[in-house]
Amino acid sequence: MSAAGIGQSVTRQEDARFLSGRGRYVGDINLPNQARAIVLRSPHAHALIRSIDTAVASAMPGVLGVFTASDLGTDLGTTAVAFKRTRPDGSPMFWRAYPGLAKEAVHHVGDPVAFVVAESIDLAKDAAEQVQVDYAALPAVGDIELALRPGAPAAWQDCPDNVSHVHELGNRAATDAAFAAAAHVVRRRYRVSRVHAQYMEPRCALGSYDPIDGRFTLYCDAQQPHRVRDILAREVFRIPSGRIRVVGVDIGGGFGGKGPQVLEFRLLLWAARKLGRPVKWVSERSESLLFDEHGRDNLHEAEIALDADGRFLALRSHWVANVGAYVSSDRNIQATFQNTPGLVGVYDFPVGHVRFTCVLTNTPSLAPYRGAGRPEASYVIERLIDDAALETGIDRVELRRRNIIGPEQLPKITALGYHYDCGEFERCMDEALGIADWSGFETRRQAAKARGRLRGIGLSNPIERAAAPGMEFAELRFDARGRVTALMGSKNHGQGHETAFKQVLATHLGLAAADIDYVDGDTDRVAFGVGTFGSRSAATAGTALVIAAGKIIEKARRIAAHRLEAGEADIQFAAGVFRIAGTDRSITLKDVAAIAFLPEQLPAGTEPGLFENGMFSPEDNTYPYGSHVCEVEIDPETGALEIVRYVVADDVGTQINPLLVKGQIHGGIGQGGGQVLKERVLYDPDNAQLLTGSFMDYAMPRADDFCAIEVSSIVVPTARNPLGVKGAGEAGAVGAVPALMNAIIDALSPLGVQQFEMPATPDRIWRAINEAGWTRAQGAPVA
Amino acid sequence: MIKLTVNGRAHEADVEGEMPLLWVLRDVLDIKGPKFGCGIAQCGACTVLLDGAPVRSCSVPVAAIAGKKVTTVEGLEVNGHLHPVQQAWLDHEVPQCGYCQGGQMLTAVALLRHNPKPSDADIDAAMTNICRCGTYARIRTAVHAAAASSQSKRA
Repeated sequence: MSAAGIGQSVTRQEDARFLSGRGRYVGDINLPNQARAIVLRSPHAHALIRSIDTAVASAMPGVLGVFTASDLGTDLGTTAVAFKRTRPDGSPMFWRAYPGLAKEAVHHVGDPVAFVVAESIDLAKDAAEQVQVDYAALPAVGDIELALRPGAPAAWQDCPDNVSHVHELGNRAATDAAFAAAAHVVRRRYRVSRVHAQYMEPRCALGSYDPIDGRFTLYCDAQQPHRVRDILAREVFRIPSGRIRVVGVDIGGGFGGKGPQVLEFRLLLWAARKLGRPVKWVSERSESLLFDEHGRDNLHEAEIALDADGRFLALRSHWVANVGAYVSSDRNIQATFQNTPGLVGVYDFPVGHVRFTCVLTNTPSLAPYRGAGRPEASYVIERLIDDAALETGIDRVELRRRNIIGPEQLPKITALGYHYDCGEFERCMDEALGIADWSGFETRRQAAKARGRLRGIGLSNPIERAAAPGMEFAELRFDARGRVTALMGSKNHGQGHETAFKQVLATHLGLAAADIDYVDGDTDRVAFGVGTFGSRSAATAGTALVIAAGKIIEKARRIAAHRLEAGEADIQFAAGVFRIAGTDRSITLKDVAAIAFLPEQLPAGTEPGLFENGMFSPEDNTYPYGSHVCEVEIDPETGALEIVRYVVADDVGTQINPLLVKGQIHGGIGQGGGQVLKERVLYDPDNAQLLTGSFMDYAMPRADDFCAIEVSSIVVPTARNPLGVKGAGEAGAVGAVPALMNAIIDALSPLGVQQFEMPATPDRIWRAINEAGWTRAQGAPVA
Repeated sequence: MIKLTVNGRAHEADVEGEMPLLWVLRDVLDIKGPKFGCGIAQCGACTVLLDGAPVRSCSVPVAAIAGKKVTTVEGLEVNGHLHPVQQAWLDHEVPQCGYCQGGQMLTAVALLRHNPKPSDADIDAAMTNICRCGTYARIRTAVHAAAASSQSKRA
């Protein structure tokens, strides 16, 4: 028996089913007698609802129900915000949770107004068209800057200034003092666009109700199935959580966007109970853009103070976040505070201070999207350092080098409160610079210039908070044939958990992948779970699994000692075999498992069976970091951009499976790069209508947008979990956003373009080049 | 009644001719490999082969395919053996969430059929399917690997 353990680049267990079309996603599941539902959504960004008439729609053939807020009555509770912040005048923060369906007013295009259930999707759509909603339109605002202008339309009539709340982080007085004494102060304004996670599988769910045992079952594509259950049970239906079973199967991508408080889930279950039939809902892509939670969308007024030698004295920033119309829970403001201390990056800032203003607009809620504040923080500091380098004349690598935190300074609590435990930041940067041949770049720039192209190179040194404190669970159940089922509280949605966790078991129990059955996502089977987000699963669920495995070994050792007629202290366990030290007398764990189910063969007082679980909550975050070097070429005639080289050196701690890690890094760069190059959710400035409502308008990154990505790893294991893993899910996105933009601006800066906001579409680049060209005194802008 | 051949098997479906092929496959014939992603032929999750050529089945009315052979991802394996493209996808660990990969592989199969030794640029031009997990670099590697394998030369 050879088992591929921790550290091996084995290919994935999951892939056989994906590659043969046997992956099972929620949309693939149907239940007998199921009905189909669609959500009728507001066409207005802001309007009062005068009346809703469902009579015609309800009477149409095949229509089972047309439900509005008045039908829901008080059946459904709503979610709530736990972080109670305040507005600038000290009054309580303004927040409103989504009701089940809009009652008196709608607050963004796509706001749910009615839930239509019919025998088929076509019948449901036809009926929805016959629902008569009388709206009285109100002025609306969809953009963060417009929303803060005096006299701007109010996203909510009872919050005229559009400020949901403010808060701050760091030491204001010390920061202001440092700025007052600084030799250089560099100020810039950066805008991070609003984007959509764009998982390829649009959100979907299938709910049913069993009146005999009074239980709901919900198949859904959620990253946190147990949290879905708990929110539905505690906050929405106000029933014991055991009355709801949530089942997550294969998920066609999540990236943070498939969160737990999904509105449609409650509508489905409510309708399933009312109608006595299973109800299925599958979002369409445009619906997804209209109503799914969006990511990013923030504006930064950032300043860095330096001394005469280019040493960082302080960071000061104002983070203005567009939190949309509804703040239904902490999730909707999470990206505006939880990961923002990353603003000081890997640099030794003595002090820092950040103000946050969370702005309401007539747009969907904000939610974590791959990085959830981390890419923004990294973008601000890494852009700001490049701008400070330009302004002070200090080389941008040298400026970073002068300020980077050295390994001898760790552990260290940063100016914004992160507690970095380990890392070799400068070594990592040098690794990336070396592979990318940074020092040879000027030659390549000149060669590109000779070809009429603008070439630029960009660097970023991202660091992010991962595997934050929070529980996770794993259970191991052996059967009498020595086969084990691993039940995990985390939820795979593309990361390769099954493969990675089997590798953990191979190392810790010596079991081959074929001896392990893997279960996640089913709240009836998995006793407890938190879920997968924030680059946490390897560190938290992986460690829970190690703890469970340790308990298995402990009990099995007792049985093995009894069987081998030896003292427990003399029994060694390695590679799945218990052995009397120094002898050839041994028994496998699988055989011990079989004995565990034979009470007469167990040592006296030993409980039969072999089932153990593990729970783990880290005491502090891990801090994966890396260095990205990106090289681009731009055709000044067309503005077309090509990424010609991309190098990453990364430290995500111990790698359970380097192949999986690299895949995650690639994917993060794909999404971070996509945001910089082309993606953007855009609203009409006049009326907050969505302008990017399909893949025709929302540009997605494709194969020809990326070159090969070279990933090199350095490994400094963290001591914050026994596996030494730091987390890899978000790292790529955190580094890509600044590295790519820094490269673009480096390419354009010879023309005088030093500020440029994403997305870097050819059109926008071309305009920037031409505007710069016409404003320069001498000559043509083109190389 | 619409007649169609999917993965070598003849089927009849009692549907309107304008029903998109994707939904005939998924909802009527219970062939779930083709996926819904956008409904406007932009993403390619629904890709199937029609007489060997890739089409976005979400935007093909079933009446338009009369007499043609449909291949879905379920039809790539032959006698329990992975198609060389599937094998390359497995060896190079292309999938992450897996949702788009049936369409990706079918697009690659079609590419290799008419261009057995594609360049990176050929691959990028042909592989227009969206993968949000960002597996493009590995797709490129896997297409080259499939091209290089002797099986694919025979395919």
